[in-house]
Amino acid sequence: MSYYDLLPRPLSELLAEHPYIEDFLSSFGLEVEPGQESLQDYLVNLNPDLLEDLGIGAEQLQQSLHDFINGMLALDDPLDQVNSLTLIGGFNKSGTAENLELTLKPGEVICIVGPTGSGKSRLLADIEWVAQGDTPTGRKILINGEVPDSKWRFSTEHKLVAQLSQNMNFVMDLSAEEFVRMHAESRLVTEPEKKVEMILKQANELAGETFLPDTPITSLSGGQSRALMIADMACLSKSPIVLIDEIENAGIDRKKALDLLMREEKIVLMATHDPILALMGDKRLVIKNGGIARIIEASAAERKNLIALEELDNKLLALRNRIRSGETLESI
Amino acid sequence: MRFLTVSGPPSSGKTSVILRVIEALQTRQRKIGVVKFDCLLTEDDQLYAKKGVLVKKGLSGALCPDHYFVSNIEACVTWGHENDCAYLISESAGLCNRCSPHINEITAVCVIDNLSGINTPRKIGPMLKSADIVVITKGDIVSQAEREVFASRVKQVNPGAVIMHVNGITGQGAFELTSLFEEASDIETLKGKTLRFSMPSALCSYCLGETRIGEEHQTGNIRKMDI
Ligand SMILES: Nc1ncnc2c1ncn2[C@@H]1O[C@H](COP(=O)(O)OP(=O)(O)OP(=O)(O)O)[C@@H](O)[C@H]1O
Ligand SMILES: Nc1nc2c(ncn2[C@@H]2O[C@H](COP(=O)(O)OP(=O)(O)O)[C@@H](O)[C@H]2O)c(=O)[nH]1
Ligand SMILES: [Mg+2]
Ligand SMILES: [Mg+2]
Ligand SMILES: [Zn+2]
Ligand SMILES: [Zn+2]
Repeated sequence: MSYYDLLPRPLSELLAEHPYIEDFLSSFGLEVEPGQESLQDYLVNLNPDLLEDLGIGAEQLQQSLHDFINGMLALDDPLDQVNSLTLIGGFNKSGTAENLELTLKPGEVICIVGPTGSGKSRLLADIEWVAQGDTPTGRKILINGEVPDSKWRFSTEHKLVAQLSQNMNFVMDLSAEEFVRMHAESRLVTEPEKKVEMILKQANELAGETFLPDTPITSLSGGQSRALMIADMACLSKSPIVLIDEIENAGIDRKKALDLLMREEKIVLMATHDPILALMGDKRLVIKNGGIARIIEASAAERKNLIALEELDNKLLALRNRIRSGETLESI
Repeated sequence: MRFLTVSGPPSSGKTSVILRVIEALQTRQRKIGVVKFDCLLTEDDQLYAKKGVLVKKGLSGALCPDHYFVSNIEACVTWGHENDCAYLISESAGLCNRCSPHINEITAVCVIDNLSGINTPRKIGPMLKSADIVVITKGDIVSQAEREVFASRVKQVNPGAVIMHVNGITGQGAFELTSLFEEASDIETLKGKTLRFSMPSALCSYCLGETRIGEEHQTGNIRKMDI
């Protein structure tokens, strides 16, 4: 199905089936009635003076609607399968070659560790851009063993990569519910209301303090924002590759968060300073001076220590909760 | 010479983005010229000059800066060509939201920032709606999800454009944007080219300097509100 199939159909049907068409037209300042008129006739009959006032030409409006509808229809297409991601080394900040080729498969969790400023976010950015030697690091990324179609870079419908960034601020004047709904609608998910409800519920399970659907997003706490973003990503994103830039810095349940994000078979790369998260990964890439200096495979001994670390963490968490509720820590 | 028009609301990050692109182009040894259009005052030309690129500045004063742009850009392109620039970039602030400097067959870039509000993409006219590349800045200040929601609002009014996120301060995304600049078409002159969208005609008595308020002073192309 494409734009041209929709053109001859009456607006009454179209607006009911594809409500985003009305939204599109209203974003140009145009009104539309759900009557018997076809979309084609509606477009042809638009008053040229009105269009001139609105700052758009008839031809351009039709081209934009064409691109928009085809983009929306493409959201229904099955995603291209990603079976592997290959990282071909480039150069560190001193120009020394990284000399490596690393292939990652769905289900793997790779941690990226290194001092601040060493290039962790740059590595994530190289993957997001599907770099082909055209970033400062000179790295190359292959998908399924091949140089991918450059559509991966610019597609907003079929994003290869979903990212959870370091920053969790909001500036939009919307409630949590409105915001998530707008995000869901832009992804054209089926049953957006159910998704919105699910995201808000999961976010509240992750965050320490609960918040209401009508809480303005700008007044969420750091932990609440982070929880909302993680739930949002887990429920709305279909991208086969997930990049996470430091989720540890706020009051959320990290383990639950990671479980939520790793539920499906995805390739997960996560920059982190947190020992528990680092040990949960299958591999650790150690970044120094802009380059991957070492790859560590999680050993059996490390895995065992993860259990001890989690116990330690729970103990700390219990102490933190006691402090929060005003208790003293004279005996621990 | 590759020529690109860069426009966008005031303070959206046009200069910052162009500076980051210049840095990336300079590592590829390209000679660059910039033409900066503004109304009353600009210090951007000094920022460009500091980067060692050729700069021309045009202040439109009492005229609409985009009208001023069209009457001068052809000469600027000739200037860039004569000076052997590999790139000429024009920066102009969209001030009336209705005029736009974008020219058919010339790569058109619109810079808009994440902080401007979700309804802003709808309010900006052809400058955004007819651009080939839309650069969204200040993503460092908001969360990933908010960036996506904002980008989807941009996409709604310009679904055919390539939408890119660039940080005007750190330059993240500028390398990626530069690769698109490298695809801009080569030209020698603007002769025979046309604007992507006509600029509104300014034809009333106030355009001609009238200051007195009142029915009897209004002549020419006058339109009244329904009250
Ligand atoms: N191989 C490289 N060559 C050139 N520049 C690089 C390279 N790797 C990273 N950089 C640059 O170094 C700077 C710091 O890198 P980045 O922001 O990725 O650090 P980080 O590890 O994420 O730091 P933080 O822990 O503070 O978030 C960036 O400007 C990045 O583009
Ligand atoms: N935080 C942040 N600030 C930015 C970014 N891009 C530009 N700025 C700032 O926004 C202000 C206006 O930028 P400028 O490039 O002069 O905008 P112009 O008027 O469109 O040319 C300056 O203070 C810039 O430093 C960005 O990506 N992030
Ligand atoms: Mg970082
Ligand atoms: Mg400027
Ligand atoms: Zn104007
Ligand atoms: Zn006038």
